[in-house]
Amino acid sequence: MAEVTLLQTRGLTRRFGGLTAVDRVDFTLMQGEIRAIIGPNGAGKSTFVGLLSGRIAPDAGTVLFDGQDITRLPAHRRVRLGIAYTFQITNIYPAMTVRENLAVAAQSRLAHEAEIAAAAQEAAIAVGLEDRLPDRAGALSYGHQRLLEVAMGLALHPKLLILDEPTQGLSDDEIDNFLTVVRRVAQTATVLLIEHNMDVVMALATAITVLDRGRILAEGPPEAIARDPAVQDAYLGSAT
Amino acid sequence: MNLAPYLLLATLEGLVQASVFALTALGLSLVFGVMRVVNVAHGEFFTLGAVGAWLCAMLLPGHPAISFAAALVAAPLAVGALAWAADRLILKRIDYDPEATIVSTIGLMYVIQQVVLMTFGPDARAVDAPFWYTIRFPWFGWSGYKVFIIVVAVALVGGLWLAMRHTRFGLIMRATQYDRETAQNFGIPVDRVYAAVFALGAMFAAVAGVLVVPNSQAHYLMGHDPLLMSFVVVIVGGLGSLPGTVAAAVLIGMADGWLSVFFSPTLAKIFSTLLVALVLVFRPAGLFGKAVRA
Amino acid sequence: MRNLRLFALTIAVLAGLFGVQFVISGYPVLALTRILILAVFAMGYNVLMGYTGLVSLGHALFFAAGLYGAGLAAYYGGVALPIAFAAGIAAAAVLSLVVGLLALRTQTVSFMIVTLMFAQAGYLATLHFSAITGGDQGLSLPAHARSFSLLGQEIALTSATARYNIALAVFAVVLLALYALTQGPRGRLFAAVRENPERTRMLGYDVGRIRLLAFTVSGTISGVAGALYGLMFGFIGSSFAEFRSSVEVLLFTLVGGPGTLFGPLVGTTVMTLLIDRLSGLTSAYLIAVGVLLIVLTLWFPKGILGTIRDRWAPWLR
Repeated sequence: MAEVTLLQTRGLTRRFGGLTAVDRVDFTLMQGEIRAIIGPNGAGKSTFVGLLSGRIAPDAGTVLFDGQDITRLPAHRRVRLGIAYTFQITNIYPAMTVRENLAVAAQSRLAHEAEIAAAAQEAAIAVGLEDRLPDRAGALSYGHQRLLEVAMGLALHPKLLILDEPTQGLSDDEIDNFLTVVRRVAQTATVLLIEHNMDVVMALATAITVLDRGRILAEGPPEAIARDPAVQDAYLGSAT
Repeated sequence: MNLAPYLLLATLEGLVQASVFALTALGLSLVFGVMRVVNVAHGEFFTLGAVGAWLCAMLLPGHPAISFAAALVAAPLAVGALAWAADRLILKRIDYDPEATIVSTIGLMYVIQQVVLMTFGPDARAVDAPFWYTIRFPWFGWSGYKVFIIVVAVALVGGLWLAMRHTRFGLIMRATQYDRETAQNFGIPVDRVYAAVFALGAMFAAVAGVLVVPNSQAHYLMGHDPLLMSFVVVIVGGLGSLPGTVAAAVLIGMADGWLSVFFSPTLAKIFSTLLVALVLVFRPAGLFGKAVRA
Repeated sequence: MRNLRLFALTIAVLAGLFGVQFVISGYPVLALTRILILAVFAMGYNVLMGYTGLVSLGHALFFAAGLYGAGLAAYYGGVALPIAFAAGIAAAAVLSLVVGLLALRTQTVSFMIVTLMFAQAGYLATLHFSAITGGDQGLSLPAHARSFSLLGQEIALTSATARYNIALAVFAVVLLALYALTQGPRGRLFAAVRENPERTRMLGYDVGRIRLLAFTVSGTISGVAGALYGLMFGFIGSSFAEFRSSVEVLLFTLVGGPGTLFGPLVGTTVMTLLIDRLSGLTSAYLIAVGVLLIVLTLWFPKGILGTIRDRWAPWLR
């Protein structure tokens, strides 16, 4: 597979008051990767993906996606271009059914009700929620709600799926199932995930970026990162 | 034609207006500031104050000063008790949901207004001023009672300001305003603070109502304009900001006085309503305010 | 994901409303005509409040825009009634687009106050320009504006039967249009914006535009009701622009069930009959409006049909 750049940032910066949460970050993501972003709390991970998804506006720098400058594009337009984002805190439509949740996502790219229904079904199957389609989303277990959120991302058929701490609060069994789901997703989309659980990171990621105090501390394949003394010093040593 | 006498008169009348606006609006602002809810029935508390003054004048014969003094104490207390009950029975139960509070206080507005209509009747009724004294200007005489309105308003506004700064209750209110959850964790009885603040806000409106009656008249629909003007004052001054509210009351009271020399009252009202809407749209923190917390 | 049971109910209700005119006569026909028109107003309001979750306190403005747009065109312009009707709808559409653009920059409480203030300014304007509008006294449309010809047929609006059938026709068109709007993908989007705007934005939707669409549709339908009301009864007056109208339409929707297709019709029917009864008994009938607003927010925030939907009939929406 040819190496194609999917997403690139140059000098990306965001300040909150006196604090520089993301500091002149140059970052490149290739098509087909599963990239994990790790780093201690307050390293700027969520702010960084917020800048990519358009939920937060940068103070300086540019974001290129699929060869196009999207720095000034509002969040909803970026989604249409193929950047799907799942929230750190579960964010679904609790009063609507699972089917309706997925349909809202699918109709973002489809016009006909039959196609929308089929896409909703397909997304549900991809995460193993096909039996829960008629149920109220708010009535699902926490683990299933997280899966539903991933499925909503899938229903968008994104080029890039950003997952913000997807396994937080999941049981071990649920995490295993989640790993299977993400590997399947990665066959069609590039995945960028923020993750605290190092077992998940090591099992999934094809490459890791370590953020610390708003800057990239290290970047590379999982094994190399795990051995990197600077990373161990800043992060892994204190990780649980 | 010499405009000076007109403008002097307009300024004086404007100051009286500003005093009434400041009292009424401070009540609304206090409730919004601490509880983050809008009380649409606020104008009815004003009406009840005025009707209370009339009732005292009926029940207590003798010198008007006696019944007026009684009204100045009794009416706000009665209105405060009513507001306290409304907080316990309605607002607390809907958990101070901002939208549901507006809908239910619209309901409360109609209930109070119509009860006043059924008991007090549809006519406007006058009450004697507690004293008669006319200040002589070269061009016109001016009622000394109006000076009294200004003095009472300044005293109450100053008193509230001092109480907010320097008393324990003020501290508790400010803490609750700043963060309800944290206040609760520090053992502040947030429920009782809310009830007290809602009652206090209503009492300010009631005092304004009492003060206004000798100057104008009591009528069951009289709460409408004060409600509107309170909205204008509170929003232009910045939601929940006491100094901003006072500044806006003076500005708008004076503007109202001057504008009514040149324009019809309806046109002045159109201007104020549009001002409120546009300030909320383009300067949500108010004309004098800085950014508000979300 | 069409809702066939709701569609069947829609057809049945329309058939029933058509048939009922052969059974009743006299005052009930007039009452039902009024109910149908006010139900259209409430249906318009429901698009914004029920389906999209934005509570406006100023919809009297759009009803009045329709009323005055149509009424003034007929009174001064002397145009044929269908053209006056269209003028009223156009006035409401333009006004709701402009007010929507401004008001939607705010949310929740501010949104309620902004819509209230715009409507109040509109009401005061009808008083201020009383030389044109007739103000409080209003204007009665002249005889030539009480009939029109349609397909060569002369239709007199002084006939109760003609009025009822025209009101029913407009009601039916709005009802079917709203069925199509709310039960398809668009309705799902409105609900998505109501339930979780941030999530909806991150699924690729311009939430502001969806809200503006809902606001404009809502205001325009309210204007349809206003234009119809003015032309049918031949009277335009500023009392329709009062705050009370905005509260009443909110109440109709709350009673019937916000976010249900038939909630506005049910709520309008119940409340109109109740207010009719009460105003015969006391001049203070508005006290019932007040008590109901409090009772509904305390115990029945979902209204009659909303409660039935949640308990027994999820398709009733």
